[in-house]
Amino acid sequence: MITFEGVAKRYRNGREALSNVNLHVAPGEMVFLTGRSGAGKSTVLKLIALLERPTRGQVSVGGENTGRLKARRVPAFRRRVGVVFQDHRLLIDRPVFDNVALPLIVADSSLKEIDKRVRAALDQVGLRGSERVLPAELSVGEQQRVGIARAIVSRPPILIADEPTGNLDPQLATEVMALFRRLNEVGVTVVVATHDLHLVRESGLRQLVIENGRIAGSEPAGALPVIEARR
Amino acid sequence: MSGPGSYFARHTHALFSSAGHLARAPIATTFTVVVMGLALALPLGLDVLVRNVRAATADFSGAVSISVFLKPGVAEARAAQLARSARERPGVAAVELITATQALAQFRAQSGFGAALDALDANPLPHALVVTPRPANSSPADMESLRRYLAAWPEVDAVQLDGDWVARFNALLALLRRALLVAAGFLALGVVAVVGNTIRLEIRNRRAEIEVTKLVGGTNGFVRRPFLYTGALYGLLGGLTAWLVVAVTLVLLGPTAARLAQSYGSPFVLAGPGARELGLLLGFGTLLGWIGSWLAAARHLARIEPGSG
Repeated sequence: MITFEGVAKRYRNGREALSNVNLHVAPGEMVFLTGRSGAGKSTVLKLIALLERPTRGQVSVGGENTGRLKARRVPAFRRRVGVVFQDHRLLIDRPVFDNVALPLIVADSSLKEIDKRVRAALDQVGLRGSERVLPAELSVGEQQRVGIARAIVSRPPILIADEPTGNLDPQLATEVMALFRRLNEVGVTVVVATHDLHLVRESGLRQLVIENGRIAGSEPAGALPVIEARR
Repeated sequence: MSGPGSYFARHTHALFSSAGHLARAPIATTFTVVVMGLALALPLGLDVLVRNVRAATADFSGAVSISVFLKPGVAEARAAQLARSARERPGVAAVELITATQALAQFRAQSGFGAALDALDANPLPHALVVTPRPANSSPADMESLRRYLAAWPEVDAVQLDGDWVARFNALLALLRRALLVAAGFLALGVVAVVGNTIRLEIRNRRAEIEVTKLVGGTNGFVRRPFLYTGALYGLLGGLTAWLVVAVTLVLLGPTAARLAQSYGSPFVLAGPGARELGLLLGFGTLLGWIGSWLAAARHLARIEPGSG
């Protein structure tokens, strides 16, 4: 599903965020990216979501070599990857419903379909009934769940999250992580970048440790994708 | 999932979303619309002025005529025949035959040389035709064509084109019309620049929203759409403002112009822009707003990417 082969990324300011990264995330797997701030976790996610392109090497997502993807096909590609940010990136002047509906609106979904799917997504994150509420009227945890609802509303096969629990208290963090596990259990490939090693250990899932722009290790080594492990 | 219904719904959504953005910033919107309205009002006002001057003077088309002097010795019956021939020519409104006898009587009455004229053995004046073209056939080219036609008759001694001042006046009006077109062209550029700059600022203010929209798979076309509607709405409102400015000006000037016309014995009243002009103005304003916003959006939106912030 996601493959990095000899990937390097150097930003315009000259900073080399990744160098010679090789990784593979199988379809239906849930994996954590861990490491210190500035280690390169966010860059890996940006390369998966095609917010950046590699300087060297090859990134394949869902069978697409993202480095060769033409600009006009990028929007369609991005619709297949749900992204959750630590800072939520919600539209503050739009109610929850409009925020969550955005991926469906850009995909030309019918109004009926939008209504059905948005309510289903809000149901999944426990925010049914908050459709007309503005993000500023919600708690940080609720805002994060709106961000997650937006990421999953179009049912993308891949979900990536950058420090999704960074601003949450332990109980909310556990709830959010449980939500990701539930999505993963229905076949969504999930990649989560996090500092929270406690949550990672508690999950028992594979983590890729990134240090100074390189994969420093994989724990537990050789862990199977959850779908395969359940078989 | 998509279809004609959702296409219409998308555009309706973009239109109402743009209208909402304008309504939520009433002061900024008003300033932009007033600037555009004044810019569009100037060419509209000039156009109204030119049309009113033409209506008031009717291009002085009735004042243009050609005097045709026949050779001495041409019989009066032949002169009458020539007058009938001239009347049958397309573009001729009227032909008046002034016989030598009538001309002498007029001269005698108007010149005060009655006694001197009595001393003459014979009437020295020729028969003459005064040919008046139709208003639609009073252009310099038409007049020259008619002059050549009349001068080619063997019975004609001389042809005199009356009303050079009318030609000069019409040339002045033509110059004004040309100036109107040039001014309209430059002011249209100004309107495009105003809308373009407004949309540029709007794009800057909504950068976060644009990034999120692209992040979830929004195409440049999708992101551009509300800005295009915003520009078009600015143009539409600017056109409406221009119409109001000119209409109010005409209301204020109308009574004074009517009194001036009355002093010349004319029933003339100022005419404002009609429904056709209003339609053209609104359409033109909308088009200019659309162009301005499209130029700004094409230039600035492509640079904004979710990872570029």
